[in-house]
Amino acid sequence: MTLAIELSNISKSFPGVKANDKINLKIQEGTIHAIVGENGAGKSTLMKILYGMLKQDLGSIKIFDKEVNFASPKDAISKGIGMVHQHFMLADNLSVLESIILGMDRASLKVLNKSKYSDEINQITEKFSMPLNVNSMIDELGVGEKQRVEIIKVLFRGAKILILDEPTAVLVPQEVKELFNNLKNLKDSGVTIIFISHKLDEVLDIADEISVMRGGKHIDTVSSNSVSKIELAEMMIGQNLPSPPKREKQSKEKIILSINNLSAEEVNGKKAFSSINFSIKEGEVVGIAGVEGNGQRELAESILGIHKIESGEIILGQENINDLNTRDRRESGISFIPEDRQSQGLLMDVSLSENVILGKQSSSKYKSRYSNIKFGEADKNSNTVIENFDVRTPGNETLALALSGGNQQKFVVGREIENKPQLLIASQPTRGIDIGAQSLIWNKLRLARDHGLGVLLISADLDELIGLSDRLYVIYEGNLVKELDPENATPEILGSYMTGIKS
Amino acid sequence: MKFSLKLTSLLAPVFAIIVAFGLSTLMLYLIGEDPLETFRIMYDYGKTGKSLVSILNRSVPLYISAVAVAVGFKMGLFNIGVESQYLMGSLLSAALGATLALPSFLHISLIIFVAVITSAFWAAIAGYLKVKKGVHEVISTIMLNYIGTGIIAYLLANIFFEKVELSTTAPQTDLLPESARIPSLNALLGIEELPNLHGFIIGAVFIGIIYYWIVWKTSLGFDLRATGSSPLAAKFSGANPARLTILAMMISGGFAGLVGIAPLTGYFFKYTTDFPSGLGFAGITVALLGRNHPIGMALGAILLSFLERSAQILDLKDVPKEIEKIMQAVIVLTVVVAYEVVKRYVTNKQIKDASKVGSYD
Repeated sequence: MTLAIELSNISKSFPGVKANDKINLKIQEGTIHAIVGENGAGKSTLMKILYGMLKQDLGSIKIFDKEVNFASPKDAISKGIGMVHQHFMLADNLSVLESIILGMDRASLKVLNKSKYSDEINQITEKFSMPLNVNSMIDELGVGEKQRVEIIKVLFRGAKILILDEPTAVLVPQEVKELFNNLKNLKDSGVTIIFISHKLDEVLDIADEISVMRGGKHIDTVSSNSVSKIELAEMMIGQNLPSPPKREKQSKEKIILSINNLSAEEVNGKKAFSSINFSIKEGEVVGIAGVEGNGQRELAESILGIHKIESGEIILGQENINDLNTRDRRESGISFIPEDRQSQGLLMDVSLSENVILGKQSSSKYKSRYSNIKFGEADKNSNTVIENFDVRTPGNETLALALSGGNQQKFVVGREIENKPQLLIASQPTRGIDIGAQSLIWNKLRLARDHGLGVLLISADLDELIGLSDRLYVIYEGNLVKELDPENATPEILGSYMTGIKS
Repeated sequence: MKFSLKLTSLLAPVFAIIVAFGLSTLMLYLIGEDPLETFRIMYDYGKTGKSLVSILNRSVPLYISAVAVAVGFKMGLFNIGVESQYLMGSLLSAALGATLALPSFLHISLIIFVAVITSAFWAAIAGYLKVKKGVHEVISTIMLNYIGTGIIAYLLANIFFEKVELSTTAPQTDLLPESARIPSLNALLGIEELPNLHGFIIGAVFIGIIYYWIVWKTSLGFDLRATGSSPLAAKFSGANPARLTILAMMISGGFAGLVGIAPLTGYFFKYTTDFPSGLGFAGITVALLGRNHPIGMALGAILLSFLERSAQILDLKDVPKEIEKIMQAVIVLTVVVAYEVVKRYVTNKQIKDASKVGSYD
């Protein structure tokens, strides 16, 4: 067997961080090689170097035994390396064919020879048995199909080495299975695959070899048959793997939130959700599982008063809050962790000491009688959040944009919990952050729950949902199709309800 | 660190002005003038008492106009309509003020009130169109400038001015009575030998303070700035974007209404076809130059007024006075660039500092 990739002594520093420290890595041709590590372990930096997006400070790269020097991804592509990013780079209003050939020809006035391209693409889809209709529009495709388009796009450019960056993050279990079948076909046809992930079960399932990175260093490369999940986890974080905290059933009965027959207002002839009924008790976490786009976001936003409702009741405590605006709802004790911390939860170019005010700028907490903002209070409270939630920052005058994703998220979660709400709506509370921050947020959520906080948890991380929730609902096409006891729920069961296979 | 950051942000305008002078020197040199001699003439002329009074008087409406623009900027709204807003306010308050006889304090207050309300209303139209119909405020305020100019011309020529046959007088409102005029500060400061230093300069200082208080100290200001920084985050925090947009346009327009007060009650005493115009657009320049900061804009307004005033001497010395317009433009451009450079530097430094304490290894 020949080596597809040989990395020797790759080092890369950013101001203040050694992202890659003397990495040595050998990847055999025609194998699936997984690279695992926490966020910030240096996986993405290494892949960016391999794909020509970054230049290493030291070290050399050999592709198929030839030393290479990449100035840009273009060079990498010409050597047969292709990358599929976690976030798809597709335009909804193009067809599959157009998406695949986009950017290949230099812009000219020549008429595109679509039928030639379409034949070539069909050959590839047949060869690797990844069926795809080249004439469908991107916006008609499901997530799994969009990913297939991205993979074929890369293969069409002649890739022999495929880098997949967290490919399963956006997929439900059934789609993951399909992806893995495709990857095995690719492997059998001689394609080398680098699979980046932090989901250890998947890695053990699909990869031939697994390389573990931690703190910018290559810890070890092991064969997937000879290692257990626990061993991998310990290598990855250098200690025991944190798991979502165990649930202890609470016996409180006071209902904090009840949602009665709630339907969303029609937007473009579509209702995001309809006839939703559930309630949350004091000290209870209610989880909602669903494939993105099935109405869970709108449901959360309608409870905060952002998304308009058409009928039904939202009752907080004893009070019907249908007619309250967002500000008054926050005043009555609703906190909200939005799914996108950067655009919805923080003012990025503003200091943490001012960011702590956000959401409470009109409450007596920060507003004086003469409607002046109490900046002294904000200064104090921001430090409390930083301290209690272990936000790693030089101080509270640091701008939000300077922090890492995990620290930003800890700050947002900390602010919302320290506001002492009755009800916390947590939308993707640990999406895209490192294990350290994740386990801290889990612990803090559990702690707040134990003190009587009611939590509505919306997450794409099924393990998180199962681990944190006291009760679970599955939302599918805007309806709560199933209530499950998390004790008996598995990602597979959830997945089949989420995709409408079971109902 | 806080202090050093502030110091770095101060560097931006200083750096920009040095570069602007450098470029102007080069230009003067290229057209065959002696740069140093030209700057010396401008400086000598600009620092005379007469010039200083003129510079301050010019700065007042310019500054207020900048404040009006800056209120919008802080929320991410570009109010290009300050021009017609202040002209409408000036015309109506001039017309009304001339018909009344009231105690001075009341009379002046009423004029200011009418100007502010008129301008705020005119600006609110743009806010309303944005909220209800999705019309971008840049488009609507530009159009409202045209409409406003037309309405002003009609009102001035046909309603507020009685045309006497065969007279060649330009259309104008009646003169304001004594009680509606804001006195000069000359007697107070003991500078009677100089031209009138207009009293509304004190008003301008108050306007700066009110602007600062509203935007940086109140919860309304927090909502405005939050919306300017991230509209979505502001919305999720409970700010009502529709209400805020209309309110911000009205506050911006309200400040715009004060732009015409100094010329009207200080030296024109009436609204005529040659009432100072263009201040609304100049205000945009000053707001950019002063980075929407109350003191920055004051310095910006004074700098531009100084350049304008001192350029008047250049004609007499056979130096093309257009050099002043070029300097103005170069200063604004370099300030914008320099500020961006400093902002990046500060951001990178913050990211660097944060990454030192942020890693888990």
